[in-house]
Amino acid sequence: MTVVIAWIVEGTWHACVGAVRSHAADDAEIRLLHVTASEVPGAARGAYAGLLGRARPERDPGTRLELLASASAGQLLDAAAERLGRPCTRSERVGRVEREVVAAAEGADLLILARDGDRAHLGPRSLGPASRFIVDHAPCPVLLVWPEPAPSVDTIPPPPPHHR
Amino acid sequence: MSAALAEAVSAVMLVAVLGCAVVRPWGWPEAVVAVPAAVVLIGTGAISLSQARAEAGQLGPVIGFLAAVLVLAQLCDDEGLFRACGAWMARAAAGRPRRLLACVFAVASVITAVLSLDATIVLLTPVVFATAARLGVRPKPHVFACTHLSNTASLLLPVSNLTNLLAFAASGLSFPRFAALMALPWLIAIGTEYVVFRRFFATDLDAGAQAPPAASPVEVPVFALVTVACTLAGFAVTSALGLSPAWAALAGALVLAARALAQRRTTPAAIVRAAAVPFLAFVLALGIVVRALTGNGLAGALGHLIPGGTGLPALLAIAAVAAVLANVINNLPAVLVLLPLTAPAGPGAVLAVLLGVNIGPNLTYAGSLATLLWRRIVHEHDTEVDIREFTRLGLLTVPAALMLAALALWASLTLIGG
Repeated sequence: MTVVIAWIVEGTWHACVGAVRSHAADDAEIRLLHVTASEVPGAARGAYAGLLGRARPERDPGTRLELLASASAGQLLDAAAERLGRPCTRSERVGRVEREVVAAAEGADLLILARDGDRAHLGPRSLGPASRFIVDHAPCPVLLVWPEPAPSVDTIPPPPPHHR
Repeated sequence: MSAALAEAVSAVMLVAVLGCAVVRPWGWPEAVVAVPAAVVLIGTGAISLSQARAEAGQLGPVIGFLAAVLVLAQLCDDEGLFRACGAWMARAAAGRPRRLLACVFAVASVITAVLSLDATIVLLTPVVFATAARLGVRPKPHVFACTHLSNTASLLLPVSNLTNLLAFAASGLSFPRFAALMALPWLIAIGTEYVVFRRFFATDLDAGAQAPPAASPVEVPVFALVTVACTLAGFAVTSALGLSPAWAALAGALVLAARALAQRRTTPAAIVRAAAVPFLAFVLALGIVVRALTGNGLAGALGHLIPGGTGLPALLAIAAVAAVLANVINNLPAVLVLLPLTAPAGPGAVLAVLLGVNIGPNLTYAGSLATLLWRRIVHEHDTEVDIREFTRLGLLTVPAALMLAALALWASLTLIGG
């Protein structure tokens, strides 16, 4: 059985779920993957640590952020599973986003992700740093979708003038 | 004791105090090492009892002021002020990440200025994260904005940051004059951060939001807002009457505490915990240790790094030295070291120190000492964090914000006068 992984990200996940529905085989195993960036709670911890002398562990906002992030990831995956409307498994990871996605994609038959950069022009800027890393390092075939209808081919800048 | 020996003992004690604040052996409060260190320095004569008493006399009201502000912020949270901020931001953002960022900047700047940076870090950041999550917006730019603004937006009022309270006591400025001189640098520094954030996080902000914003009614905590507004007015009134503005903060905290206690929404123990008594003891002891060191030679060593006067080049240089020192030994010891050196040059120099110690910590994540501290905490929680992104953001914001804010301070001093 083929394994299809859809990377679910805030803001662009609808397109990935849509791509699963239209491109994954009926008997494929679907995995919905969400990765929580550990640097977000880490940033709150850092700021708290900066309050020299006041940082009591029980008030650490980083811990509250981790709890909130976990709850929010669960809700996002629930919403995605509901929209998908077919059996799937859910996977929540925490860490460096791009590396976690690549690690999760190992052994899969297809990784589906959405462009998350400039959506107004065709071109390399339509990929943000994380999705650029994933596309460059993916250990499996990749389906890269536009979150909205793709821009027109006219958005490609004209070729540079011919140099003699 | 000879001056050289006294200097060496003081330096060892300062290193021990800061080292234990970083390592927190056996989870001890920082005061457990700091208070005995101060006692040792007094006992060995590295600082005379009268000097120590003078330092304590100067720090006492500052610490009381801080305690009142910490309690005020906690009680505002109990009243639902921060939840209301979250609901307002969710509604005003209208599902658009860039608008949410603007709302977060506005709220975090005002909360930091009025209720201190502790309130932004401990109480506002989780609310901002929850708001972003509810809107389906990527949380990173908004959470990072809170952490940066807790430093940068703490320039405006003496109550915004403990460093300001210390400088306020040393500067001899009135509360309204302090705010008037710092208003322009505050706005300029926040504006600089905003411009950099919009570009730096362009990818995350472009991703959009897809959860329809829930139209939950915003319950405005009127009582808390009115109390805070009256407290702010009280700062100006007490200053005009020649009283310490700490009394206004105390009155505000007492009003909210009385209401919360009458409604049985808090306990006296919770209020005392909010005042962070061990921390207050730590500040007092740290002040005495730093005073012993500056009195025994550090002042001379640093003195020639601090330019005299309050012209634009001098302000820039002072802010830069303060920022570097804040990054090396954290901003609290940095401001304690620099205040006695800059106070004779007038309020302009003292305010330039504040620019450095308040904006500077964003460079290496709240000071390199705190970065060590943070690494220890992160290590405890077994999470892997990439520090390069923080540092890159810091390199883009701090030098620009610092330079422009110093320019703004110079303009304010020229227009309003020190």
